[in-house]
Amino acid sequence: MRVRDALAAVRETGDFTAIQEVIPYARFMGITAELVDGDVVGRMRYSDHLVGNPTVPALHGGTLGALMESTAIFKLLWQGETTGVPKTINITVEYLRGARPEDVFARAEFTRHGRRVANVRVFAYQDDPERPAAVATAHFLLVQD
Amino acid sequence: MSDPFLSQKDEIRRRLEERYVGGVPHNRALNLRIVDYRPEHLSLALPYREELVGNPETGVLHGGCITSLIDATCGGAVIMSLVAPRRTATLDLRIDYVRPALPHQEVICEAHCYKVTRHVAFVRATAHHGDMASPIATSSGTFVVFRDEGRRTEDGESA
Repeated sequence: MRVRDALAAVRETGDFTAIQEVIPYARFMGITAELVDGDVVGRMRYSDHLVGNPTVPALHGGTLGALMESTAIFKLLWQGETTGVPKTINITVEYLRGARPEDVFARAEFTRHGRRVANVRVFAYQDDPERPAAVATAHFLLVQD
Repeated sequence: MSDPFLSQKDEIRRRLEERYVGGVPHNRALNLRIVDYRPEHLSLALPYREELVGNPETGVLHGGCITSLIDATCGGAVIMSLVAPRRTATLDLRIDYVRPALPHQEVICEAHCYKVTRHVAFVRATAHHGDMASPIATSSGTFVVFRDEGRRTEDGESA
């Protein structure tokens, strides 16, 4: 299945499994998404290889960045404002507290959504969305083809 | 006069391999490899692998694993700038993707910890395919350096 077909399937069914199937890295990381009250919620399933500090223990900071970037892309694709996979211009991740070795969730908000560029804020959390483990600000170049 | 770094170079490499590059589960999962290391500097390579591809139509690595590579290299550069082992954690990390990565090629990240204060370390990094003058991504990050050596004994793995 091509990315485009997977996207069409996701839009039709709201089931993000198809997109995970076509993105090898999403499978490797256990990153998926689901629709909760109409909003895209990213999820990274815990696995031992995601750990960055085995002593604390805490998840690797890079994995939180990966989840947040992926969640922003999933939401942009879901909303259909970009026909192809958007290109990440930049991402800034602020780490607020260590993420425990458990599943992590993420939600994205568009702070500005233009024709070419989307400004996105993403929050990564574990059990309490009000206490995020990390927050990211990212810009994406939208693809219209 | 002997250079303290040169006299300990092999030992420092062994510790970086054992406790950081090979000892941190996610760094090991990405098969990160030491390219170069010296005081304040670290360079790591992320080998290309199909599993890490973000777009199967282009075969290019996902930005997420490049983020992990940059985070790991910057955290390691902080360790390379500290006299004694300390626990560190990333405060923030900014990555600008200045051009797309090429398919089927490993990515190298070179990080320089250009300033360390008592509690904070400042790092700049560049990711490229072998030519520093043609970067894929440029990055800057800040790290907190914990001075609670009495309570924690582990080395400075970044969380």
